[in-house]
Amino acid sequence: MLEWANIIAIVMMTLSLLMNMWRMAAGPRTLDRVVALDTMYINAIALIILFEIYLDSVLYFEAALLIAMMGFVGTVALSKYFLRGDIIE
Amino acid sequence: MTMLLIVLLPFLAIGPVWFAARFSRNASFYVAATTTGLGLGLLASLVPEVMAGNVFVDSWPWIERIGLNIAFRMDGLAMLFCILILGIGLMVVIYAKFYLTEDDPIGPFYAMLMTFMGAMLGVVTSENLLLLAMFWELTSISSFLLIGYWRHLPAARQGARLALMITGSGGLFLLAGVLLLQEITGSLELSVVLASGPQILDHDLYWAALICVLMGAFTKSAQFPFHFWLPNAMTAPTPVSAYLHSATMVKAGVFLLARLHPAMSGSPEWFFLVTGAGLTTLAFAAYVALFKHDLKGLLAYSTISHLGIITACLGMSTKWATIAAVFHIMNHAAFKASLFMSAGIVDHECGTRDARLLSGLRHSMPITFGLATLGALAMGGAPFFNGFLSKEMFFKEAYTLSQAHPYWPDAEYWAWIFPVVATVGGLFSVAYSVRFIHDVFFGPEAHDLPKHPHDPPFGMWLPVAILVAVCVVVGVVPMYTAESFLYATASPVTGYDMPEALHLHWWHGLVPELYMTLVAIAAGIGVYTQWKKIAAIGDKLPTIVGKDFFESFIEMLIEGARALDRLVDNQSLQRYMAYTISFATLAGFMAYIEEGWQSGTGVQTPASLVSLVPVILLIAGAFMTDFFQRKRLVSLIFMSVVGLIVSLMFIYFSAPDLGLTQISVEVVTVLLLLLALFVLPQWNPVESGWLRRSRDILVAASAGIGVGALAWGVMTRQQQTIADYYLAESLPKGGGTNVVNVILVDFRGFDTMGEVSVLALASVGIIVMLTGKKPLYPNQVMPFPEERFPLMLTSVTRVLVPTALLVAFYIFMRGHNLPGGGFIAGLVAVVALAMQFVASGLDWTKGRFKLDLVRLSAIGVLLAVGTGLAAFVWGRPFLTSGMLHLHPPGIGEVHIASAMAFDTGVFLVVVGSLVLIIRRLSRYQQTMEVQDKAGGNE
Repeated sequence: MLEWANIIAIVMMTLSLLMNMWRMAAGPRTLDRVVALDTMYINAIALIILFEIYLDSVLYFEAALLIAMMGFVGTVALSKYFLRGDIIE
Repeated sequence: MTMLLIVLLPFLAIGPVWFAARFSRNASFYVAATTTGLGLGLLASLVPEVMAGNVFVDSWPWIERIGLNIAFRMDGLAMLFCILILGIGLMVVIYAKFYLTEDDPIGPFYAMLMTFMGAMLGVVTSENLLLLAMFWELTSISSFLLIGYWRHLPAARQGARLALMITGSGGLFLLAGVLLLQEITGSLELSVVLASGPQILDHDLYWAALICVLMGAFTKSAQFPFHFWLPNAMTAPTPVSAYLHSATMVKAGVFLLARLHPAMSGSPEWFFLVTGAGLTTLAFAAYVALFKHDLKGLLAYSTISHLGIITACLGMSTKWATIAAVFHIMNHAAFKASLFMSAGIVDHECGTRDARLLSGLRHSMPITFGLATLGALAMGGAPFFNGFLSKEMFFKEAYTLSQAHPYWPDAEYWAWIFPVVATVGGLFSVAYSVRFIHDVFFGPEAHDLPKHPHDPPFGMWLPVAILVAVCVVVGVVPMYTAESFLYATASPVTGYDMPEALHLHWWHGLVPELYMTLVAIAAGIGVYTQWKKIAAIGDKLPTIVGKDFFESFIEMLIEGARALDRLVDNQSLQRYMAYTISFATLAGFMAYIEEGWQSGTGVQTPASLVSLVPVILLIAGAFMTDFFQRKRLVSLIFMSVVGLIVSLMFIYFSAPDLGLTQISVEVVTVLLLLLALFVLPQWNPVESGWLRRSRDILVAASAGIGVGALAWGVMTRQQQTIADYYLAESLPKGGGTNVVNVILVDFRGFDTMGEVSVLALASVGIIVMLTGKKPLYPNQVMPFPEERFPLMLTSVTRVLVPTALLVAFYIFMRGHNLPGGGFIAGLVAVVALAMQFVASGLDWTKGRFKLDLVRLSAIGVLLAVGTGLAAFVWGRPFLTSGMLHLHPPGIGEVHIASAMAFDTGVFLVVVGSLVLIIRRLSRYQQTMEVQDKAGGNE
């Protein structure tokens, strides 16, 4: 049962990645692209954890952790760039 | 051992001599004089043995593979030259002390003189030809330094450069010649080379070797047409001219000819080339010397002329000619050095060296007059002086050549050239010698000289007196003084093929050479009386100045090189990338065309839908990075996507460490690029037309396809990878289960050490590069007028940063056994700190984060290197790691590998360098901004 749920979830996450990519390519404003990037980061976290469950391993958790943190920082930096231009003042 | 000491002693004295100058000029002088004296003493201990005919060879191996050994040989010829170098060196050291004024720094002078002395001693005592070539170059360099001693004079600098260029190129030829000789004889040792004479002469490469060696000798000894550097070297101080350019350095060329004489002479090529060059030089230089107004110029050309005599004698290669050559080496050194010193005395006391201004000095400078006259008589070849004896021998050989010779059985008309040219040379020799004395010392007393002439202090004319005394004594009683010495010194040059007995008399009867001498003397005096008229005629003829020729030649070379450069290089980065990639792709495709391309037979992992999607995303992301490349920010965003997908793919392929590193580096890159993007234009204009872009796309695409095909081919082939070794050995040898980390800090720790050093250096370099730089258009880099530090961001960061740092520490600690490690931990810490900068600003953070980051990086590098060096303490090779098994209470068993210290070093370097870079970059545009506000604290 868990396996099926896992596989369906992975497929759904993959599709959402594709949709994010579409938004990034199509988004008229740059801000749309940034939000799409952030969503991709979050989807990646989910995908890694689901993949870990699928493989029954414990090694990839920190990767998800790191992507979470790094993704946040990346988005913050881009947002600050939009806000002020000068990200570190 | 003694020979090594003799050569080493002057080099060891360089430091003391220079240092002693701090105390007093005399101190420096005493050190120099003592060193030379010591050298003479050491030499004296060897003299009796060498005079008896023994040859000493000492040898120590150095670089065996190329045949270079530290080997010295002391035989008669080497002994003669050592006496010249050390003896005349001592004279020059004494003379220089009085000659140099208070303004001339004496420490460097003596230091350079010692360098030269040691190098010259090395040249003459070298047993290994490659060692000889090395010392040869050293003499060129030290001569360059000494000629340019008075750096403030442009003429001195030019003269030094010219000398270095000519003698340096000669040195290169010499090196080639030495290597050719090694090719022919199979060895670089003189003992072998000198014994292989017939073998060398028969070899096909003889011509080449001969030309190269002769080029070396002729450039050094200023033979025609390479003579023009010597008169320009007269800008050196007179002690230097007396030492280098009369007695020792220019003799290095003829020394080489004499040294290699048993090996390379005896062929028609040697005869014609060497004798021809020698005779040409002899006549030409003697002629020019007569018309020189500068006393030192006159003496310079005279030196060239006398070296021509020596060269011609060595060219003639008969026994007596060779003996004459060696004899003239001795004699010429003695009288020429004394004459240079006399000219220097005149210059020193009168303030000028111009013979047109000087006259009648015999009254005011009697001692100088006497000594100079004696020297000049020796130079001209007057009877009862040493110059006469060797010149007579030279004339005799020249005459004998005209009568019969192995290279032409019947003496044809043009064989008379030899004695005729010799006599003409002798004629002008007499003429300029007479001019030297008559113009300067005779005639009415000059009253408009810069200084008031008087005799110099004792120490200044003593060396001259000693040398002149040698000339006179050898000239008057050669049979008691010079015979056995000459026998011993000339033996090696003739290949130990000496005549039975060597009798030096100054009267041989009414023989042809005596007539030649008389003709020379008479005609010489006659020419002198008429010289002004001849000079007037000569002035009307066009002058060929060798130096100008040479300089225009060099100009032509430089212009040609620049033209070629302009043709090929238009400084366009795009062009070079296009060239490089095109050629690389072409080369790769050539291989495909020749060998064909096949896919391998490896097992291919099936691709599910889930794994295909990231690939599609990757391709799309990369494509759009290019597509949007003119809008730089958008391009950056798509680059982040690419980084993220690559990280995911690493994780998919079971490489968590790589995934972690990839994502961390990605974000740090984004941070740095955003910092840079703020001060750059946000959009690119269209820069190239359709055609060029199509070409670029074609090049890039074909390169990508080629590399992709290559990667496919490699990956589909079964192979034994190195992974098996590391997987097996990681735990037992490295003490950790995380193979990637163990490889980084243990197995391949040396690489990592280099990389962290580079990172630290790069960060320091960035700081240095940005020092004092401001944006060009500061008004365009003002921040937007939104809120500086949004509250939400600041609050979240308060919590995030410590947590992130904790995570960094955790990842660091577990790195050796689970995915993690120093580098990833460092990057996480950098990102956390950067977040703090972003959220609260530089000032706020600087107030609370007071670490000296440069020191941090330095400590990191030291830790990394120190961990490696610590292995030495236990007697192991560099970077061997050890394990520590601890049992702290409450925690249980803890294994710590020494690689942890290394990893700490890596961590510190990463944190230090990257935070430094981020901070410096963010400060770059702030200088203008802060100045607008009150009290900028930048």
